[in-house]
Amino acid sequence: MFYRSHVLVEMTSNSLVRGAAQIKERLEREIERLGLDKEIKVLETGSLGAALPSPFVVVYPDNIVYAPVTVSDVKRIVEEHFWKGRPVGDLIFSPSERREIGVFLPYFPLTKEKRVVLRNSGQIDPTNIEEYIARDGYLALSRVLTEMTPEEVIAEVKKSGLLGRGGAGFPTGLKWEFTKNAEGVEKYIVCNADEGEPGTFKDRLILEGDPHSIIEAMAIAGYAVGAGEGYIYVRGEYPQSINHLRIAIEQAREYGLLGENILGSSFSFEVRIRKGAGAYICGEETALLESIEGKRGIPRNKPPYPAQEGLWGKPTVINNVETLANIPPIILQGADWFRSIGTPTCTGTKVFTLTGNVNNLGLIEVPMGITLRELIFEVGGGIRGGHNLKLVQTGGPSGGTMTPDLLDVPMAFDTLSRYDSALGSGALTVIDDTHCIVDVVRNFMEFFLYESCGKCTPCRVGTKRIVEILNRISEGRGEPSDLENLRYMGEHIKSTSFCGLGQAAPNPLLRSLSFFEEEFRAHLEEKRCPVDTCSMKTKTKILI
Amino acid sequence: MTGLAVYEEIDEIIGKHQEEKTPLLSILQEIQERWRYLPGDVLGYVSRKLDIPSSMVWGVATFYSFLKTEPAGEYVIRVCCNAPCHVNGSVDVLKTLQKELGIKEGETSRDGKFTLETTSCLGVCGVAPAMMINDVTYGNLSEDRIREILALYR
Repeated sequence: MFYRSHVLVEMTSNSLVRGAAQIKERLEREIERLGLDKEIKVLETGSLGAALPSPFVVVYPDNIVYAPVTVSDVKRIVEEHFWKGRPVGDLIFSPSERREIGVFLPYFPLTKEKRVVLRNSGQIDPTNIEEYIARDGYLALSRVLTEMTPEEVIAEVKKSGLLGRGGAGFPTGLKWEFTKNAEGVEKYIVCNADEGEPGTFKDRLILEGDPHSIIEAMAIAGYAVGAGEGYIYVRGEYPQSINHLRIAIEQAREYGLLGENILGSSFSFEVRIRKGAGAYICGEETALLESIEGKRGIPRNKPPYPAQEGLWGKPTVINNVETLANIPPIILQGADWFRSIGTPTCTGTKVFTLTGNVNNLGLIEVPMGITLRELIFEVGGGIRGGHNLKLVQTGGPSGGTMTPDLLDVPMAFDTLSRYDSALGSGALTVIDDTHCIVDVVRNFMEFFLYESCGKCTPCRVGTKRIVEILNRISEGRGEPSDLENLRYMGEHIKSTSFCGLGQAAPNPLLRSLSFFEEEFRAHLEEKRCPVDTCSMKTKTKILI
Repeated sequence: MTGLAVYEEIDEIIGKHQEEKTPLLSILQEIQERWRYLPGDVLGYVSRKLDIPSSMVWGVATFYSFLKTEPAGEYVIRVCCNAPCHVNGSVDVLKTLQKELGIKEGETSRDGKFTLETTSCLGVCGVAPAMMINDVTYGNLSEDRIREILALYR
């Protein structure tokens, strides 16, 4: 059936709590009342990037965004816009409001944006496989199954230069090759959707907005390495992602795109979901495997690497959600196309999530190599409230700290590591100069203390001691030897912890100690918090 | 928490996951969802049923923050305290909740309705500060908005 217009209603965790389901229902009712239901189709969609004021309603082909919409607005939109053809001016979203970045073309002339992994988010109904197929969905899988050998698939991914987007930046093609070459008939593909790095929510938007792209990519990976089963480990905090994945897997099975003999080939593949239970450490790949195996999420020794001995001891590929979302476009448009995006050593795009004290919170997908300055001041609209930038934590607490003098460093895995920083997951937590460095660092360290799995002593006890010292400093009870002690402990936790979490835990502390030593000293020596955040309360108490 | 009906229901949950190679965590998650916590005798029962040492079952039950071995409130409120929310006022969110509910972090209200917890990143930093009540996420929290939200659950 042909509809003259499609109306997309945002169905995400954010919008559902603000009445999105009622809005959709009301839209359908009003459209039917006016006899327009043969002309206008109401659909659900994921987030438009991170979204406009929630909930939003998009009208195609007019490209008009209403946001935020309430149930009482619906009647007017239907009568005025759909019936009389006059868009409702006062409800149309105007980008001057504080918002999450919508990254939506007619409204956000962000020329730097380049959508590869977010190609379908907000453009299709993620709960309808046909919409995904209509935008070349599962075409890459069918091409792989009918025209390519597993070796050719791996060669193409290797040639694309795709680096893992979970944070470590390991070449994806190599991972696949190692797993393919590992001995054994039983192999697994695991999608790491345990996105827990504070300030990161890119994977949630991909899963909510385009779940089929992950299923398709996992099947391609399965074909390439010879695996017949895949697991998606999604954090328990993302019920909507889990919901959309469940629907997508069900539909893919119905269409014969999962299961036995996919598309008439000899290749069979199944995808299953496992739900996390609130443990950050399970984002570490071997801890994640332990968790799928029903155990405590405690990291394993490496080597052997998962490519040799992974899930249930079998060779396993573990890829991040964003990494996988790149696979179908690489197959369809070729490695050379992918290499033409980004920098020569770090190809493709990256999704950055802007959080903290910027005007526009949200996410954007841009080619690798963009600078922090562009991200914070052009995309993010600068620092909120006219304050100055103090620091940016890139890649979450376990990533790196960048100061205002480093704003022009190109954002890529290799360039940032040259500055002893890290791209990590692409999270950018912008912190302005009204925040105290002791308070900020303590917040990061409390996070690691809370999330330490307890397996090794440096991480378990070290993070505790550091938080204790920082607490003392912020209460005005710092001692002259504290700075040296903090550095000493930080270095030791870094060099002696068992897994990546522990090794990264002291990063924000050590970097801040070198950038903001004076501010620490003011707390210690003058018992003074330069931005007046710390209470320094004990000092007064002692006097009493 | 004893009674034949309960064990029958647990048998049913275990049965649902028998296709899984290592179903322990999935089973505990479902029991948690059903009764809002994992009573000691139930953990013992699961251990015997799956033939997994009780120490291991308890190990898993106490490792994950979503699993509880003590009764929790009908609504578990999880306030995000990580940096993106912290620099947008999550400390005030926690204070407001403590004041409104009359309980501290980690406690359950006397009527058994609310448990207040802090948590790591909920992945909705675009609308910081944020919290979750059971399965539902709330963002852009202010004092007024928190009161509005709590009214929905009271």
